[in-house]
Amino acid sequence: MFRRRPAEPLERATVPWLLASAVATTAPHVEHQPHWLMAIAGAMLLLGCWLWFSRRGLPPRWLLSLIVVGGSTAIWFEYRTLFGRDAGVALLILFMALKPLEMRSRRDAMVVVMLGLFLLLTHYFYSQSIPTGLWLIASCTLLTATLIRIFGGAQAPAVIVRHAAILLLQATPFMLILFLLFPRINGPLWGLPQDAHSSRSGLPETIEPGTVSNLVLDGSIAFRARFDETPPATPLLYWRGPVMDEFDGRAWRAIRAGNLPLHTPRVEARGTPLAYEITLESHQQRWLLALDAPLTLPSGAVLTARLQAFSREPVRQRSRFAFTATTDYRFGRDDPPAMIDAMRQLPRQGNPQARALAEGWRQKHASPTAIVAEALQYFRRENFVYTLQPPLLGNAPIDQFLFETRSGFCEHYASAFVFLMRAAGIPARVVAGYQGGEVNPVDGFVVVRQSDAHAWAEVWSAESGWQRVDPTAAIAPSRVEAGIATALPAGEPLPALARIDLDWLRQFRYRWEAINNRWNQWVLGYNPDRQRELLRDLGLGEIDWRGMTALLATLSGVLLLAITIWALWRRPPQDAALRLWLAFCARLARSGLPRHSWEGPQDYAARVARERPALADAVRAAADAYVAARYAAPQPRALEQLAATLKLATRQLH
Amino acid sequence: MSNLHNRLQSAISSADSIILGKNRQIRLALACVLARGHLLIEDLPGVGKTTLAHTLAQLLGLQFSRVQFTSDLLPADIIGTSIYDRERAGFRFVPGPVFAQLVLADEINRATPKTQSALLEAMEERQVTADGETRRLPEPFFVIATQNPSHQIGTFALPESQLDRFLMRIELGYPDRDAERALLSGGNPRERLASIAPALDASDIAPLQVAAAAIHAAPPLIDYVQALVAATRHDPAYAHGLSPRAALALLAAARAWAFIDGRNAVLPEDVQAVFASVAAHRLRKVQGGGHAGPDDIAALIQRIALP
Repeated sequence: MFRRRPAEPLERATVPWLLASAVATTAPHVEHQPHWLMAIAGAMLLLGCWLWFSRRGLPPRWLLSLIVVGGSTAIWFEYRTLFGRDAGVALLILFMALKPLEMRSRRDAMVVVMLGLFLLLTHYFYSQSIPTGLWLIASCTLLTATLIRIFGGAQAPAVIVRHAAILLLQATPFMLILFLLFPRINGPLWGLPQDAHSSRSGLPETIEPGTVSNLVLDGSIAFRARFDETPPATPLLYWRGPVMDEFDGRAWRAIRAGNLPLHTPRVEARGTPLAYEITLESHQQRWLLALDAPLTLPSGAVLTARLQAFSREPVRQRSRFAFTATTDYRFGRDDPPAMIDAMRQLPRQGNPQARALAEGWRQKHASPTAIVAEALQYFRRENFVYTLQPPLLGNAPIDQFLFETRSGFCEHYASAFVFLMRAAGIPARVVAGYQGGEVNPVDGFVVVRQSDAHAWAEVWSAESGWQRVDPTAAIAPSRVEAGIATALPAGEPLPALARIDLDWLRQFRYRWEAINNRWNQWVLGYNPDRQRELLRDLGLGEIDWRGMTALLATLSGVLLLAITIWALWRRPPQDAALRLWLAFCARLARSGLPRHSWEGPQDYAARVARERPALADAVRAAADAYVAARYAAPQPRALEQLAATLKLATRQLH
Repeated sequence: MSNLHNRLQSAISSADSIILGKNRQIRLALACVLARGHLLIEDLPGVGKTTLAHTLAQLLGLQFSRVQFTSDLLPADIIGTSIYDRERAGFRFVPGPVFAQLVLADEINRATPKTQSALLEAMEERQVTADGETRRLPEPFFVIATQNPSHQIGTFALPESQLDRFLMRIELGYPDRDAERALLSGGNPRERLASIAPALDASDIAPLQVAAAAIHAAPPLIDYVQALVAATRHDPAYAHGLSPRAALALLAAARAWAFIDGRNAVLPEDVQAVFASVAAHRLRKVQGGGHAGPDDIAALIQRIALP
């Protein structure tokens, strides 16, 4: 009945749709594929457009084969393989760009659409941001519209796109069900998206002049924190990162954990505990950023002897950690003597002037507190300058800084201060981390950027344990109170967005970051924990993956059923005469005489009469009654007559 | 009306007795007249195209003229010319062969496009303009054009837009064995034609046309016509689908067919019966450039379920 045509020719008017689909699905790869490949792909697609526009024939197959072989070879030279993520995507792009040059039949068009749908997925290898998501939704709509154009015939483009958008909207409930209920596993399902893993180095592992100030120009977000109650005031927001307690004459670094006694410092909380949660961007390190001083840690995290929180695994993707902390505390009074001793060590030589200065203080004051005050006083008194662009320091950096250049950034001050303390015999160490953060008024999250990176000092005394001393605060108090932008002298470079003069831009940034944060928290960060949380909140209790799969199937089934019922209900009511007639035809079909779908009543009756002369009269009467009821000018009682005739005729069939 | 219908039926049976084995084509040609359309017959020479035209003219009692199209035929040869009349000292219009109720344009594709279009315009407008004066053509006015298959040498194939002016295009084909035998053993059909009395006359045609146009087409039937037309538009095998004018032609032809069959409502079967004749010459295939063949039309019909 249906003849299968060998290859259905492609309608010329569908080609622009296909070309647009090819462009939309390949274009975002410009960012991470070699430029020569994207140039070739662009040239091929342009050639496709031109051939279409000028109604020329398509290039010969041997030429295309040549380009495929050449392109694949080039990709092999680029990646040294044809497999794997990048090379695979490169091949797909090459094929996608070439396919429009051999679009002859409808089958070729289908290949383009399928390839396009596959390419859509590959973008998630590289980015999972909101703009990517929006672009892919648009591309998916375009691909659907292309399918509609190929199989649905000519219509206004707007109508086709609307149709496609409606189809995708109808699919949204299923998407949501799958997203929320598909059993999750920890970590990404396939490959590793690059932006989730981008190696923002963040805080350095050693502190020397320049290591922190390098970060300050980076406006990207280090982490976000959400406090259950109001966040503490900015001067109290010291986020503790790596602690450095060994000096080699130039740089501070951490003593290897094995060389320190095993010990967990006791924190004596004097204030109320604050509960908060941080969402840490991936930084490829195990350390976490905890507000001083932590009281409880997220599960799986440990506290080191230096009160630093570590996770068990390096943070390779954006992750959430819940802490409680108090900003009024005392800790480390019971630190073992071996450890305290280590915090007094300095190299045997170097920086003599600084040593002499500290020695002078030691002789002058009896209490360490007085020495600390003297040192801070010294910084304040001697016209030190807080700047991002300090002069370079030579072999004796501490001496040079303290007595010659006198300008530096937080790491200079922390480093010099700790050196002076140790030289004066007071246990001290350098702490790196972030200070401050900006409350986003839109969603209330505290946003901490790389530009908030900071270094400060801690000194120890037997009665108070470790106490934070921030020498930077002595030179530039506004750094701690209002952030970096106000503390630096005018004219210094700053991340564009850290300046506060562009108010509307700030407002826009707050909004955009709040949206991004929500996306990160709820879409990208929808992990097994969140899933369990959601199901618990929905009153489904603890549910394992089997239960989840069952729920998924049930919900989809119910939804599908509802849509089907709705669609059937919305269908225009079939007219009564047709329903009766179709029932009669079905009855005849069971006796081995099915009506063809295209066969008219008289033709059908004639055929039945030929094949079963015994039924001739009954079927002719039925067909006549049907024609009278359905095709003739409206007559009274035609329908009743049809029903009666068909009843009679049906009886005769037995 | 039933009297008129009876006479129509007797005209058909008379025609059947002259053109043997071509009942279907005769009815199609009559349906074409009743639907106020023009007919194109396409076939090889000698299969009875001219005889069919003659027979129709004779049986319908129509005034008949015949133009043999040749490559040197001029428009004026069809429409007529003004010649100088010495007695009246002025020009006098001598009407051409187009001024007849039934015009047989034989081998229309032998003439140049210029001449062809002169006739085709007359068909469309039912009037001609010569020497600045517009003259109405007689009523009824019906053109039967015949055409040799266009791949023959020395022909100008009718362009798409001109083909659309013919309501139907039919093919006659070779007669079957029995019909041919009867033809060979009987006398010359043209001679027998002369001996047959016309069943109708020209004044009957108009009421017949009115009656045919009044045949009821129910909404489901209109749905079916629309579905068929839409199918031609969505089928990528054809360069263009059927135009609205073609859809109107299809419905009009189906009405006429139902009328000839003696019914007062159009059935899907009527649409299917005339579909090939109305649609095939309007559907040019993308591949090969020819028109849709009988197989294509059958496949198209079988794809569309009756609504």
